Amino acid sequence: MDKKKPIKSISYAKWGYIFIAPFFITYAVFSLIPLVDTIRNSFYEYYYSGLKVIGPTFVGLQNYISLLSADLPKYAWNTFVMWILGFVPQIAVALLLAAWFTDARLKIHGKEFFKVVIYLPNLIMASAFAMLFFALFSNAGPVNNILLRMGVIGEAIRFMESTLGARTLVALMNFLMWFGNTTIMLMAAIMGINPAIFEAAELDGCTHTQMFFKITLPQIRPLLTYTLITSLIGGLQMFDVPQILTGGQGAPDRTTMTLIMFLNNHLTSKNYGMAGALSIYLFVISGILCFIVFRMNMDDDPDGSKAAAKRAKKLARKGGKAS
Amino acid sequence: MKKKPDARTIIAHVVLIFLSFLCLFFFYILVINASRSHAQLQLGFSALPGSSLIANFKNVVNDPAIPILKGIRNSLIVSGCCAAITTYFSSMTAYGIYAYQFRLNRAAFTFIMMILVMPTQVTALGFLRLITNMGMDDSLLPLILPSIASPAVFYFMHSYMQSSLPKELIEAARIDGSGEFGTFNRIVLPILKPAMAVQAIFTFVGSWNNYFIPALVITSKDKQTLPIMIATLRGADYMNFDMGKIYMMITIAIIPIVIVYLCLSKFIIAGVTLGGVKE
Repeated sequence: MDKKKPIKSISYAKWGYIFIAPFFITYAVFSLIPLVDTIRNSFYEYYYSGLKVIGPTFVGLQNYISLLSADLPKYAWNTFVMWILGFVPQIAVALLLAAWFTDARLKIHGKEFFKVVIYLPNLIMASAFAMLFFALFSNAGPVNNILLRMGVIGEAIRFMESTLGARTLVALMNFLMWFGNTTIMLMAAIMGINPAIFEAAELDGCTHTQMFFKITLPQIRPLLTYTLITSLIGGLQMFDVPQILTGGQGAPDRTTMTLIMFLNNHLTSKNYGMAGALSIYLFVISGILCFIVFRMNMDDDPDGSKAAAKRAKKLARKGGKAS
Repeated sequence: MKKKPDARTIIAHVVLIFLSFLCLFFFYILVINASRSHAQLQLGFSALPGSSLIANFKNVVNDPAIPILKGIRNSLIVSGCCAAITTYFSSMTAYGIYAYQFRLNRAAFTFIMMILVMPTQVTALGFLRLITNMGMDDSLLPLILPSIASPAVFYFMHSYMQSSLPKELIEAARIDGSGEFGTFNRIVLPILKPAMAVQAIFTFVGSWNNYFIPALVITSKDKQTLPIMIATLRGADYMNFDMGKIYMMITIAIIPIVIVYLCLSKFIIAGVTLGGVKE
């Protein structure tokens, strides 16, 4: 035992700091300093009017207030609508496919092929995908052409000129790009459920539907919540697809303009004050969502089952004492 | 024992075939249209490929307004460097926190976990002003350097170490007289290879497709990456463009990734859950 002491006294602590230093220095330089600068700018009136620079003049919370009273709520709403239009089918289809793929009794031919195909759009360059959709769904594009020739429609649908059409196209692209990813994540979660539970349920005469709603869903609830939150963060960042599809205009009538497109406009026109205030709004919302993800990742009892067991034990003990 | 396929099996196959059709149909039209000339495209859609694939390709490559070869080169440089740097430094950070006991160990880990999914867009304003002050605007460097700090890849590597890197091994290397960096580079990295390969692929693809920050950083034409070039197609003179060229450019941007994906699909799909599922 004495032998151990001198070895223990060699401290490797400094190596720990050396190994993590590049990460933290980089993060400080390229994220923390910019964050401080962004916060500072958000309190100033500072923009370019032609070649003339206005400001910087300290205006307090003026930027924040004028954002709220002007376009911000509208763009937040647009972003939310397009996100939910894509997310609802995404999670529904992913759940269905994941349940099918993991069902041992369901013989699906070419399972591997389907998995490869549905994950494919996730890796596609969003800007190129949007450009492709723009060309395909344009008034004289192939989609209209095919539908006309099949006699489904009488005249070309002007997809990009109606609010519903443009938003649906954005949502469709988001759906296509993400449902495969979610399916594969949910599959892993479902395969992590103890198969004995399903076997017992089957012996008790459970139907497929009952098993799905009473066993599968509750068991994967933590991952569903996790998917929801990370997808919300992704939705908040929605940019490439609507930007390219509408040429940055958010057409028609800015109903597909997202928050990041709005930020992009302020950044390219060098309106530092407004861009700063908008960034801080986004930072706060992302911060809250980040914190939820953080809690879920750090918590080894995300669904509260262990805590419930503990409480029950405590109650039982108390009850035992009282009697 | 063989039973007739029941209704559920049939429905499952119909739905799966429909979804696969949805996923593949657009790429099918893309490749078909990339092989047809502008005049042919004006005539309407045809299900069969045309004969202008090579002509379109030549037109795109020889167009001085869109230096696509430079775009491919820039994209390859940025994505390749990002993939290499991210995996190396994330492993290094993860190793620092996994293998060493020091006072700020827990704090450092907690901090990285808190910024795990923080969007980079929220600090874009300060980032752009910073790199302008540093004289790094309109260069590829600010697209590469920040990838040294990549929380998600760190988290992945850290989880991987917990399951596959026994601490006794590090201890043994020390007793054999291996230096700390030597241990990391020669013993730890080879063990992490499978995890690093997965993360290198995802980082490469993410960087290849990245549009928001590069579009704000890069201003000169010969430093543009592919997504920025694709975006310029959607400019005001879209109507005057040769449509065959547009489809060909989209093909050039998309198809390399698709081919790599098809070759490594098993490996990549297995990697999705490794990286995403919290355990």
